[in-house]
Amino acid sequence: MSAVAWLTQVLEVLAALALAPLFLGWVNACRAWLQNRRAPSLLLPYWTIRKLFHKDAVIASDASPLFRMAPYVVFGAMVAAAAVIPSMGTGLPFRSAADAIALVGLLATARVFMSLAAMDIGTAFGSLGARREMMVGFLAEPALLMIIFVASLISATTALPLIAERLALQSPGLYPSLAFTAVAFTMVLLAENARIPVDNPATHLELTMIHEAMLLEYSARHLALMEWAAALKLFNYACIGFALFVPWGVSLGDAGLAALAGSIPVLAAKLAVAGVWLALLETVSAKLRVLRAPEFLATAFMFAVLGLLVHLLLGA
Amino acid sequence: MPLVDSPLSACLALLAAWGLVGVAGLLRPASVALVGRVLFPLGAAIGAAVAWVAAASLDAPVERATLIIGLPDLPMHVRLDALSRVFLALLGAASAGVSLFASGYFRKGEGTPPGVLGLQYHLFLASMGFVLLADDAYAFMVAWETMALSSYFLVTAQHGIPEIRSAGFLYLLMAHVGAIAILLSFGLMQGGTWQFSFDAMRGSSLPTPWATAAFLLALFGFGAKAGLLPLHVWLPEAHPAAPSPVSALMSGVMLKTAVYGVLRVSFDLLGEPLWWWGLVPLALGLATAIYGVVFAAVQTDMKRLLAYSSIENVGVLFTGIGLAIVFQGVGMEALAALALIAVLYHSINHAFMKSLLFLGTGAVLHATGERNLGRLGGLIHRMPWAGWLTLVGVLAIAGLPPLNGFVSEWLLLQTFLFSHEVPRPFVNMLLPLGAAVVALSAALAGYVMVKFYGIVFLGQPREASLAGARDVGGLEKAGLLWLAIGCVLLGLLPTQVIGALGAATVQLIGSAPDADAQRWWMLAPLPQRAVSYSPLILLAVIATVIALAFVVVRLVYRRPVRRAPPWDCGFARLDPRMQDTAEGFGQPIRHIFAGFFAMERELPAPLDAAPRYRVIVADRIWRGLYLRIGGVVQRLTDAVAWLQQGRISAYLTYSFITLLVLLAVML
Repeated sequence: MSAVAWLTQVLEVLAALALAPLFLGWVNACRAWLQNRRAPSLLLPYWTIRKLFHKDAVIASDASPLFRMAPYVVFGAMVAAAAVIPSMGTGLPFRSAADAIALVGLLATARVFMSLAAMDIGTAFGSLGARREMMVGFLAEPALLMIIFVASLISATTALPLIAERLALQSPGLYPSLAFTAVAFTMVLLAENARIPVDNPATHLELTMIHEAMLLEYSARHLALMEWAAALKLFNYACIGFALFVPWGVSLGDAGLAALAGSIPVLAAKLAVAGVWLALLETVSAKLRVLRAPEFLATAFMFAVLGLLVHLLLGA
Repeated sequence: MPLVDSPLSACLALLAAWGLVGVAGLLRPASVALVGRVLFPLGAAIGAAVAWVAAASLDAPVERATLIIGLPDLPMHVRLDALSRVFLALLGAASAGVSLFASGYFRKGEGTPPGVLGLQYHLFLASMGFVLLADDAYAFMVAWETMALSSYFLVTAQHGIPEIRSAGFLYLLMAHVGAIAILLSFGLMQGGTWQFSFDAMRGSSLPTPWATAAFLLALFGFGAKAGLLPLHVWLPEAHPAAPSPVSALMSGVMLKTAVYGVLRVSFDLLGEPLWWWGLVPLALGLATAIYGVVFAAVQTDMKRLLAYSSIENVGVLFTGIGLAIVFQGVGMEALAALALIAVLYHSINHAFMKSLLFLGTGAVLHATGERNLGRLGGLIHRMPWAGWLTLVGVLAIAGLPPLNGFVSEWLLLQTFLFSHEVPRPFVNMLLPLGAAVVALSAALAGYVMVKFYGIVFLGQPREASLAGARDVGGLEKAGLLWLAIGCVLLGLLPTQVIGALGAATVQLIGSAPDADAQRWWMLAPLPQRAVSYSPLILLAVIATVIALAFVVVRLVYRRPVRRAPPWDCGFARLDPRMQDTAEGFGQPIRHIFAGFFAMERELPAPLDAAPRYRVIVADRIWRGLYLRIGGVVQRLTDAVAWLQQGRISAYLTYSFITLLVLLAVML
């Protein structure tokens, strides 16, 4: 492994940590503009996290150590996930340690710990949120796995950076199977990141909430880590999407410093477009009743499986 | 470095020692001190020795022997080869943990006296070991039946309770239906030579239809023992009825003897399996996996939940067996070996995880006397050891990296990714879709485990009596710790495990994936494809990030944490009854998979003074298949019973008619 590869690796993780709240702020700002509201500052997520870090931590009197451990585990899993997603370059040294299946496993680890922590206090909202999160998860996780399977059948590997590299090197023709999976992926992304139509990130105290219901008992630094991890998750999902569907522009293999430097504005442009796209999707769709969420996700799962079938039928 | 001159004689001696330990319990059958403090730990030590002997001799040549016991014309043959060694290692290692736990578990006044229970328990262990060593149909069936009977008596240890007796009866019935099928399968495989030794079966070449029939009969027979759909009905009845260490052994180890049996018959005794045989266990396995996990999600009894989860895992195992047969049949040996590795690895993983979870429920059951999820909760505070060690099993069985459940799931999914290369039209398009089912059941397993752990160990205690729950004692702790460490090590060192399992795939398929082709910490079973996984590095990265985050957070913010009553959106009167129940947690699954269940709902009217909500979720297969078969059998017996008039004149008439018929036939 060359020094550039290690530099790419470190830079990617740091970029994910630093840019994730900004991306979240960008999506929220775009949403506000589209809805004719005045947008909050792009930097608001940073201020929130900073504010939370400086607050007094209050924890329920009967919380177990699991409750205090969970934010660190969730955060750790999300950072480790960011390390295998090729957002800037594909020559990541860490790519041989965890492939895309392990990436899905990492996301599942975060989900399970978050749900367990939500059940720890024993409030009605907490267990409700945990149940719904797992309900979303058990459909979204296999859908994501199937999406990755289609891409890995095309590129003959399960390592996400290599998938991106091989897809980027092929002629930029349209794969019908990838078109199906792109639809599925968008739906999974919305559901997994607690966006409309499955969940609403902007409300508290609504009987339909999922993600926020699990965080109700958290405060201060624990909440800050959870919020940061949620922003990282959105960022990670966006970058998984780039790797699978628009892999062009990243620095391929050991392409050197220039390519790495060139990939930074490309990533910024992709993120900017993705933010607008997400905000648009959220604006034009209505929040589903919780009972409808499984149907939404089952559709995503079926789209992913259809993508697989299309690939097997057409070989493309 | 051979431990002893002959691992086979060492294994036989250890199995005999298990028997002796059991018999020794009869000296003072009522003494908990003798059985619990001496005999069960001794049994655990023997288990560890079995595992060591088997694992240390994995690469040793095949050993054969003929035993002097048995009938005069039917000597018992035994044989120790790589496949037996893998499963013996599994049996020994998992049972060591279970026996340690059992030392502290069995107490006075619970049905069968401890000494008798100890005899049944150790006979069960020894017979499972003998199943794995048997090298002729006669020895195999004797061991198989001893295993079924000893476990039947263990299941009915608390025979005072009618439900337990009927669960035991169902188990015995299914065990024997399965045993008949296995016997018939052996009958076909001898191929007209009337030699029932396995060597003769290996030598005889059957015509395809008979070989297929033998394979299907074996699949039926072993499937009944494993809990393959639709033969799974005894599992959720028998597992909760048995004492927890016995449930752990049955689920963790006994189900694997059925996996062993299928592998032995299809890859060894029948020689070359035909590729399309594999489609049967593959399809049944996928159906079983999804069926088991969906039912697990709606259970309200913690041991039934785990029993259904075992059904799911059996489904995953049979899926892997099916894939291995398909790959082997079309001549893709490397992939067949990988699928087989996934099966063996998952067998070992499941033995550790499921034993750990069943022992965890045993600890809860002893501390609280409660199996119903609706009356548990918050036990992580009262029982930290049981709680945290069970968490390891929960995370492992949910298939989360870097623990062991993930590794076998990863291997199976990797194998599925190659299934489109099978050179058979149409099938090669359907096979990869199986991966979707495996992925769905793995994700649902996560749902089930969050429900199980969250309701039992987290939250508020749902009953006041739970405040007095005591944590496990020293020996029980040791047993749980043994299994939990097993889960962690199996998860972190996959290369070593796969390297060891390679001997078995070489024996059955003729090739082994070169797991350690590159580096010892990197699992890369398919060098031609750039796929790899390294749990150690993954764990190191996550641990570093967590440690860094912790240190940085502490530097920014140093003041201690303040404790306060739960916020709960400002709601002041928090009550344990407001937590989600097991029924509530299963509600989305009942909603989404409504077609799987036969549900009976009892809903309260709007103005009920004492509202009552009840939902009974029943198995459609039980009602649609078993009760119908039971009805037919009942009608037939009623018809036959008409002959039994009970009058001597009637029987004399029967004899007379019989004589007339015989005379007519003779003349």
